[in-house]
Amino acid sequence: MAAPGLAAYLILAALVFTIGLFGVLTRRNAIGILLGIELMLNAVNINLVAFARFEADLAGLIFTLFVIAITVAEVGVGLAIVIAIFRVRRTVDADHLNLLRG
Amino acid sequence: MTLETVVFGLVALALLGGSLGVVLTPNLFHAVLYLAGALVATAVVFLLLDAAFLFAVQLLLYAGGVVTVLVFAIMLTERLIGEHITQTNRHIVNGAVMSAAVFVGIAGFIVRSSLPAAESAPADRTVELARALVGPFAPTLELLGVLLVAALLGAVYFARTED
Repeated sequence: MAAPGLAAYLILAALVFTIGLFGVLTRRNAIGILLGIELMLNAVNINLVAFARFEADLAGLIFTLFVIAITVAEVGVGLAIVIAIFRVRRTVDADHLNLLRG
Repeated sequence: MTLETVVFGLVALALLGGSLGVVLTPNLFHAVLYLAGALVATAVVFLLLDAAFLFAVQLLLYAGGVVTVLVFAIMLTERLIGEHITQTNRHIVNGAVMSAAVFVGIAGFIVRSSLPAAESAPADRTVELARALVGPFAPTLELLGVLLVAALLGAVYFARTED
């Protein structure tokens, strides 16, 4: 049996992505939803690195670096928003955050 | 079976187990610990794909930075509310059906498409990567710095207390 091919990595990333999607859809807590988003971004990174390896293209690696840095910024701002919401509403339950509902 | 296949199988199991832990554990704090495990497993996947530099970046930024910030946020919100955030999921069946449908779509696409076989890439591409980052991708790198500063200011602005 040869070393795992590109398809193996892509299927693995797809599984992680859909697990993260499941988390985003089902979590009530806003921080839990952020965790799901982290998983989905992570799965995309696996895809990028896998293509960079199998296509021998450097752009995938650089794009992964950018995705990681942007994710860090996103987590910082997202958690700041969560804390700000928590101060005002005393909850981080996404179901109760319906202030902007028309 | 080659060693690489064995390691890939083990890492894939760890990654999938950690991911399931993240979305299924009732305790949010445990979910973050599972996320740390999944992120470390992803770092090992990067190592399998000959991206040693990204392995280090993943460990430092994700498993180090992001997890720490998440733990801080959970501690802060728990401390403020004075009780553990136990958390239940909702719409589990709908979410599972939706996720399974998305997976079937992606997997079908992967199976039907003709993927390239492995080209013999150089083992360590860190030098190449560094040259590209300060060469053709330098403007993007600068923009990334601006983004990080903006995110820092935004986070401070949102989370500051009125005084």
